[in-house]
Amino acid sequence: MSENATHITEYKTLGIVLVTLLFFTLITIVVTSFDLAVWNVVLALVIAGTKGFLVVTYFMHIKYESLLLKILVGMVFFLFALILVITFIDYAYR
Amino acid sequence: MENELIHKEETRDDTAAKLGMWIFIFTELLLFGGLFIVYSVFRTQYSREFHQAALELNVTIGAFNTIVLLISSMTIAMALTALQKNNKKLSLRLIGITILMAFVFLVNKYFEWGAKFHHGIYPGSELMMKFEHGHLLYFSLYFFMTGLHALHIIAGMVLLSVIFFRIKKGIIHSEKYVFLENGALYWHLVDLIWIFLFPLLYLIT
Repeated sequence: MSENATHITEYKTLGIVLVTLLFFTLITIVVTSFDLAVWNVVLALVIAGTKGFLVVTYFMHIKYESLLLKILVGMVFFLFALILVITFIDYAYR
Repeated sequence: MENELIHKEETRDDTAAKLGMWIFIFTELLLFGGLFIVYSVFRTQYSREFHQAALELNVTIGAFNTIVLLISSMTIAMALTALQKNNKKLSLRLIGITILMAFVFLVNKYFEWGAKFHHGIYPGSELMMKFEHGHLLYFSLYFFMTGLHALHIIAGMVLLSVIFFRIKKGIIHSEKYVFLENGALYWHLVDLIWIFLFPLLYLIT
């Protein structure tokens, strides 16, 4: 069930995460070098989001933390998304 | 069933220490989050000017710094693994590499900003005051966001140096490593912010 703070992330796992992150960095540079209009922004943000997820999950050990911390982290990102959406709704209907 | 394992020592509460660090990280995320929202709003309002201004940034330098930060993020995570496995020497070495990477990032940033300054682009410069409104906003946000991020890099370097010497002295060790854990969390935060800054400022043109 819930593992506690004594979980040790293996070197190999960290290495794989780094390689994946570097791969995504390459992809994002290649993808944005083409002119895909609005899709450039969408793709770049989806890739950045995926990279961020990997960093939070493995490097920051959220995968092995308590449910409380997982919920808190989720809520902060949700709060940010909410502010972003509300701001844009505000600007769109001015 | 968990309580025995978590509370090994009387006066220590690692879970609380980590929770505190995370709450601090949340405030940092919302600080940069606010700036990201400002950026997004102006980007939609001045998309043409932002597009032109972003072309003036050097993607190669940005990409190089991204790679540097990603590697440093892994080395600090590995430093924690090493200390947990009671390999003090390797842990110290990995923290040293992380600090070195942070320094490389700053040197790179120095050259990048230096080139901009050389071309007369810096906050309050005569050239910048003549820019179109959207152009001016882009560069103001660029300097503010990367500058604030660079300050975080410097803070991270100081924090990691303190951790380095505490491990050396044996204050932080394989049984008591929450300080290193929190320091590593801070460093990952710096990396996490850059993961979003890089595509937003350099790539999306």
